Amino acid sequence: MRVKNLIITFVSAIALFLSTSTISLAKVVGDKIILGAAVSLTGKYSTNGKHTQNGYNLAVDRINSMGGVKVGGKTYKFDIIYYDDESNSGRAAQLAERLIKQDGVHYMLGPYSSGLTKAIAPITEENKIPMVEANGASRSLFTKGYKYLFAVLSPANQYLEVAIDLAVEKNGGKPVNIAMAFEQDAFSQDVRLGIVDAAKRTGSKIIIDDKLPKELNDMAATLAKVKATKPDVLVISGHSKGALTAIRQISEMKVDVPMLAMTHCDASKLAKQHGKKAEYALCAAQWHKELSYSDKYFGNGIKYDKDFNDAYGYAPPYQAAESSAALLVWKDAFERANSLDKEKVRDALATTDMETFYGKVKFGSGGQNTAKPMVLFQVRCEGDTCANRLVAPTKVASHKLVHPIPKWSER
Amino acid sequence: MDLLIFKIPILMVQASMDGILLGILFALIAYGMALQWGVMNIINIAQGELVIMGGYIAYFMYVVGIHPAFGVIVSPIIMYFIGVGLYKLVINKVVDRDLFISILATFGISILTQQLMNFIFGSDVVVAQSNFGTTMLFDNSVTLPNSKIFSAVVSVVFAIVLVMYMKKSKLGRAIRATAQNARAAKILGVDTEKVYAATFGINAALCGVAGSLIAITFTLHPYVGLPYTVRSFMIVIVAGLGNLPGVAISGMGLGVFEEFADYILGTEFRIGAVFLLLVLILVYRRFKLSRKREYLK
Repeated sequence: MRVKNLIITFVSAIALFLSTSTISLAKVVGDKIILGAAVSLTGKYSTNGKHTQNGYNLAVDRINSMGGVKVGGKTYKFDIIYYDDESNSGRAAQLAERLIKQDGVHYMLGPYSSGLTKAIAPITEENKIPMVEANGASRSLFTKGYKYLFAVLSPANQYLEVAIDLAVEKNGGKPVNIAMAFEQDAFSQDVRLGIVDAAKRTGSKIIIDDKLPKELNDMAATLAKVKATKPDVLVISGHSKGALTAIRQISEMKVDVPMLAMTHCDASKLAKQHGKKAEYALCAAQWHKELSYSDKYFGNGIKYDKDFNDAYGYAPPYQAAESSAALLVWKDAFERANSLDKEKVRDALATTDMETFYGKVKFGSGGQNTAKPMVLFQVRCEGDTCANRLVAPTKVASHKLVHPIPKWSER
Repeated sequence: MDLLIFKIPILMVQASMDGILLGILFALIAYGMALQWGVMNIINIAQGELVIMGGYIAYFMYVVGIHPAFGVIVSPIIMYFIGVGLYKLVINKVVDRDLFISILATFGISILTQQLMNFIFGSDVVVAQSNFGTTMLFDNSVTLPNSKIFSAVVSVVFAIVLVMYMKKSKLGRAIRATAQNARAAKILGVDTEKVYAATFGINAALCGVAGSLIAITFTLHPYVGLPYTVRSFMIVIVAGLGNLPGVAISGMGLGVFEEFADYILGTEFRIGAVFLLLVLILVYRRFKLSRKREYLK
């Protein structure tokens, strides 16, 4: 019995030692700063999860190859522990716990999507672990008073506000009639709130306000109403499915609207999948390669686009660009804090004010990026080749907005 | 509450046409479900996934340069064999068991096929372009995409062919006999094992046709199968088993009801209104049944 107790004590002691030693080593192992990320590598978000991971990896490679991170006179390299959250918020929360409590990670990167970021944020907050996230735009993330959450992207309510301003501007400064259809999920409803605010601000009238069920893949009723009421601008947000369904049915039902503004054109490869049918659609984006921002790691957007293409064989969607920007923010914060202490790094993150190839980054009190405007691009075709062209804000635009959209009978 | 549809009456025509065309397509999926439910007493939770799988076959043809409409020929053939394969692998082990076991088994198939499709085709939402154009009616006030008209016509053709097959062919008669009384059919020499396999295969083939039509009418994604399962389940519940005209009428009726609910109550209540109707129908049926109940005195 005594021997047995001794063995149990011995084994427990070793286990305890190993677990604590892992914790003490995990945040920094040798010359490596370990960041943790639960990303969707399988499940319904796996495509965007992969973009997120590729964005993180490209930035890690670039920062490491260009001298790493200098903290307290020592040079460190970044490394990331990844787990697959299976596009499931419950799993994402479990993995965040695992990264923090078992792997001893002190610095987190965000997952893909607002829903999964919402699942992880309470855990990082409770454990006082700073997280820089690049793919959770829902406004509700930034109204909870989180102190350890920092988002490099603009909040969802800003996505299409600029489209309403543009429609009013094109209408000679007079208010416009707005028709809108938004999926019933946190992100799309946040985008809707932005439009409601913009309508109030400009005195515009919302004449159709449809909330699309998540499982819906038919917008015929909404579009028939749009056809009958002839609004000045039609706004749609329903992730990739919404964007693709809308363009398919708008073209089939020959719905003429002077302006069509949407989200997720990039993620759904709208220009590629629908070609000319998608022409003139305005799309909200966090980033576009033609923007003039720059940094010393990636140069500008065009160079980032090329580097990403060389590394992964496809053009980077904005989900990848913002993910890369998150690493640049981490690097800047570590160097300004000049410490690996998570509280000091968190304080440094809060005072971030920098420019990256992706745009300016400065965090507001809720953790959202307040320095970067959303951009709008318009699908434009030359021959049979269609591409996204930057049209707003006008000072950074590469192409002039086509307004009103030519009628289907003239196309 | 929006009264736009009453102010602009032409919208009623649009809503009715959209509802009928949509309903016919759903009725095809529901007929497959009713068939195998009636014959094998299995509620197939993976019905929607079989539809999406059929859609991906048409999409694959589109990607390699073949018009996706030919999917309505190729997809049912491939899906028939997939259906028979699934029967031999899984369904034959649960066919005589409790209904709950079959629901669990098909739920498992549903998850597995979702993940497989995700693995093979990726998680992007995709569309196959048919470029069929649009039919304009009433001075362009009502627009009907030709892809939807094509879908409805193909669905009707397949339904008619199937009814004829069930009536005239040897296998069709065997399927009907098994549905009526499997034990008696077995005693009379019907190979029920073969009948079950063929029934599951035919259901999968119908899903293949519907999937190809969905690929050219709507969008495809590995995880959008469930709404098709739920919708066909509802149609079957309303129509009853083994009642093809009932399935067709119930499909179209629910389609039109859904469209009108969208216009009048708002898009957010569209699905809710259909579920409410379903509950009302079930309550009414129970009420009718309870009046027929006889007690032994």
